[in-house]
Amino acid sequence: MASQHGSIGKNWPSAGALLALAVLALIALPALVALGWSSPGMGSTSASFLWQAASFTLFQAVLSTLISVVLGVLLARAISRRQFFGRGFLLRLFALPQGLPALVAVLALVSLYGRAGFISRFWPELPSIYGLNGILLAHVFFNLPYAALLTLIALQQVPREQWRLAQMLGMSERAIFRVIEWPVLQNALPGIAGLIFMLCVTSFTIVLTLGGGPAATTLELAIYQALRFDYDPGLALALAMGQIGLCALLLSFLAKFRPPFAETARLSLGPERASLSRSGNPVPDMIIIILSALFILLPILSVILSGLTADFSRLLTERILWRAIATSGGIAFTAALIAVLIAYPLALAAIRLESKGAVKKARIFEAPVELTLLLPPVLLGAGWFLILMPSTSSVGYAPVLIVLINAIMALPFVYRSLAVSLRRLVAHEDPLCESLGIAGWSRFSLIDWPILKPAFRAAFTFAFLLSFGDFGVIAFFGSDSIVTLPFLIYQRLGSYRTDDAAGIALVLAVFSILMTQAFSAFGRKEHAHD
Amino acid sequence: MIDLEDVQWTTEDFNVRFSLSFPGPGIIGIIGPSGGGKSTLLNIVAGFTDPQSGRIRINGNDVTGLAPSERPVSILFQEHNLFAHLDAAKNAALGLKPDLSLDKAEWREVDAALARLGLQGRETHRPAELSGGERQRVALARILLRKKPILLLDEPFSGLGPRLRRDMLEVVRKLQQDLDLTVLMVSHDPDDLKAIATHAVFVADGTASTPQTIDRFFATPLQPRLAEYL
Repeated sequence: MASQHGSIGKNWPSAGALLALAVLALIALPALVALGWSSPGMGSTSASFLWQAASFTLFQAVLSTLISVVLGVLLARAISRRQFFGRGFLLRLFALPQGLPALVAVLALVSLYGRAGFISRFWPELPSIYGLNGILLAHVFFNLPYAALLTLIALQQVPREQWRLAQMLGMSERAIFRVIEWPVLQNALPGIAGLIFMLCVTSFTIVLTLGGGPAATTLELAIYQALRFDYDPGLALALAMGQIGLCALLLSFLAKFRPPFAETARLSLGPERASLSRSGNPVPDMIIIILSALFILLPILSVILSGLTADFSRLLTERILWRAIATSGGIAFTAALIAVLIAYPLALAAIRLESKGAVKKARIFEAPVELTLLLPPVLLGAGWFLILMPSTSSVGYAPVLIVLINAIMALPFVYRSLAVSLRRLVAHEDPLCESLGIAGWSRFSLIDWPILKPAFRAAFTFAFLLSFGDFGVIAFFGSDSIVTLPFLIYQRLGSYRTDDAAGIALVLAVFSILMTQAFSAFGRKEHAHD
Repeated sequence: MIDLEDVQWTTEDFNVRFSLSFPGPGIIGIIGPSGGGKSTLLNIVAGFTDPQSGRIRINGNDVTGLAPSERPVSILFQEHNLFAHLDAAKNAALGLKPDLSLDKAEWREVDAALARLGLQGRETHRPAELSGGERQRVALARILLRKKPILLLDEPFSGLGPRLRRDMLEVVRKLQQDLDLTVLMVSHDPDDLKAIATHAVFVADGTASTPQTIDRFFATPLQPRLAEYL
């Protein structure tokens, strides 16, 4: 237990943590209750529809995951053993799709592979991007580089001595794969595949824009359509139950096989690994690397190009664009702030309890955060939509809800990134602080804040970007009176003004980068004064 | 016999220059402050580090630029010598065939090597089920199977307790005598050297002293830098 001096410092995070738990429950529980309440039962047509949506959800997710992981492992292995010009740039490029708003990525793919896209101009027989093809293409675009990066991170945990042993023993590439790499992959792949599968099961924007129709509808999209277009709460509930069950299964799988977690992939290659493969033929590896780089780079270049051809002189004078920028910024800023304010006390309480051996108690603060992964934003949106639909003043609540649901969406990621630094802080600083009696506010301002500032900044920026580009929540609550940038893009796409959409996507990207720079500059400036 | 002829290796913030001959067979202790170049010296002999200039000869043969597996050298690290998912026998067997395609006779050879290091009955244990001393014995069994005349030890026993450490030094001494090895042993503990080394070298600031017999090395008066370190 803590020393007598530590009592203040020990109690306030728990109070804060309980408050955070209460806020979390207040946002999530009513939505679930509402979903349950409004169920008038389900007809047999609904049952078959539910079955169809569920099987398509699984089908596309299995295919997307298989393609992403198999190609991702080949790519990671190629990168992991070759030193080449632009290696660092390539790794940064592969980290890009994960940070791209889904709607922007969809636009990018459409501008390249769509009917009027750059590729179709030279190859008109290109199959349509809509339906299963497009969904798979978009999921692989997002997840192939992600799978490759996670695999690389797993491979770089092989200790240097083992590469030297391989050098000394004169292992062939086959022996290296069998003795060193395969065991690492065997441990890491279930977690990586599970994570990507989960992302594909809960993917909303991609399926909404590229899929649709009874043949290509996932559970997540069907919930949205059942409420927004058909107003069929019974069907929505059945779909939601299916979705929650599926996510619960996946989460319990992921709890067993954690995906590798490290801050970033190392940009340079260790000299040991490079000299081991120097004798082998680099051509197959380089082909894989170049094709993957083009697969990621071309859509991004294409959306930038088509964005630049948009009529900015008109776009930039439209008041709605500026209103959308302000709305998006306000929502994202508030949501990120709330996410950090909820995640910090919870993580601190959980980690402190964990460090004192109270692992079960720690789970009280940790488990609710993980459970929010069970509630895709669309579900929360659906629940609150049902609560507020009947009232005429629902429009007034919309911004509040959008902010709160976005905050919850970012919560698990914010929690995880804060937890890494907090664990170090608690292990390194707690004993000294407790013995010196540094506690309460002085502890926070003198010790915790300076140490945690980079972690706070990273978590906040991440949450901001997630909300800034989100379309899943605004799809429910967006209207003419509340328009965000992604909603505006979607509206323009819906009225076939693709040039406008690409232009606004470019604005969205530019503002995302500006905001990221602003946040990190804010931190650096303060740092200079320290 | 290992000769380093004006070997030089430079990075942005570190620079080593070695010109010396290690006599052999025997056990030569390498001692000195951390960051002084002890491990770099071993890495240059092993071939993990390619010097920018100079020649390296082992028993008269020029090995400069050869890959580590092409040099008559085995190395024992402080940790990570074993692969966690392979049992003791397989870890040792990598010394015979790095792709583990051994025939019956070769597997018997592996078992004999493990037995020679006192690991009978441990063949199917994985590293996690072995003690720290046993893990280093498995790695030594692998080195035994590789039959290379040079053995490099990079502080291999500094994680072990005093008793175990003396035992392991004894194992090294016996291996050296039985196989007539030339052993280079990096250590920061003079007692390790006094226990088994025949010669010693002092490495600091990227250079090495001339090897001396262990008695003369520790004889008073000590060289000033060594005295300061000790």
